[in-house]
Amino acid sequence: MKLTLAKQHLLNLKKNKLKFSVTVTLKKDVLDPQGKVVQNTLINLGMNLETIRQGKYFEIEVNEKNHSKAEKNIDEMCKKLLVNLIIEDYKINKL
Amino acid sequence: MKSSVIVFPGSNCDRDIAVALEKMQFKNQMVWHKETKLPKSDLIVVPGGFSYGDYLRSGAIAGKSLIIDEVINAANKGCLVLGICNGFQILTETGLLKGTLLRNKNLKFINKDIKIKVTNNNTKFTNKYQKAQILKINIAHNEGNFFTDPNHLKELKQKDLIAFEYCDENGEVNESSNPNGSLENIAGIYNDKKNILGMMPHPERMVDSLVSNKDGVNLFLSLLN
Repeated sequence: MKLTLAKQHLLNLKKNKLKFSVTVTLKKDVLDPQGKVVQNTLINLGMNLETIRQGKYFEIEVNEKNHSKAEKNIDEMCKKLLVNLIIEDYKINKL
Repeated sequence: MKSSVIVFPGSNCDRDIAVALEKMQFKNQMVWHKETKLPKSDLIVVPGGFSYGDYLRSGAIAGKSLIIDEVINAANKGCLVLGICNGFQILTETGLLKGTLLRNKNLKFINKDIKIKVTNNNTKFTNKYQKAQILKINIAHNEGNFFTDPNHLKELKQKDLIAFEYCDENGEVNESSNPNGSLENIAGIYNDKKNILGMMPHPERMVDSLVSNKDGVNLFLSLLN
């Protein structure tokens, strides 16, 4: 299949990109009232579960091909803005 | 006394505080968050509202706005800074005040007049109040549940940095007089140097007996003192 120039360009760009996910959850000791309500509702619906903690999820694409550099960059984003370190934990995953 | 009120997209108590300040004879200016220079001020107010629609976390985006570096610089030089409601949330996001404001324990937006106690009246903000004076004051927030780590809580107590506590009409500070689940009923705190006050209740709504009462007046008179 013959690719158009524009598509080829996009593909090349894609090669220099890495995608990560960041999951943010409240720390263990921090009260999570929303999670609690969801938990109680699911129990009321007859579902079988122990606990639920509600969190946030981000997908981030960076223009970087070096994995460790990219991850460092994402970590900085978490510390600077995405996460409130007093109450939240986070996990970075490569997608 | 010169005051500056910082305005963000989504601020909605900025005019109320400006009216209160002018009524108390402050020379007030409104400062848009995109400004990079702060006019000379003795008092900076970060007002209540829903800056940036509370996106990400209440106060998180406003806490990184252009004007905030100037606010931090001024605060570090000793300028008085008052953060009310969303302003308190913004100040915690900038790091000027430690701790954070979580979602109310009952998950509801609470808008009502409650009672608070003046825990420390020996500050620039509260010297016109009596110690342990009970004020009737309005709260209107969804995230007012103050939380911090045990070390900071200890520091708040030891250094007398708790400004106000939620209480009942007899001044009792207990769980039933805690509207939002705040740690130890804390309604407002100071920084170490006591030149920064963050509080969830709205003193600017209590400066006119036609509208409510005058329990907030002494906060402004204290500042002028």
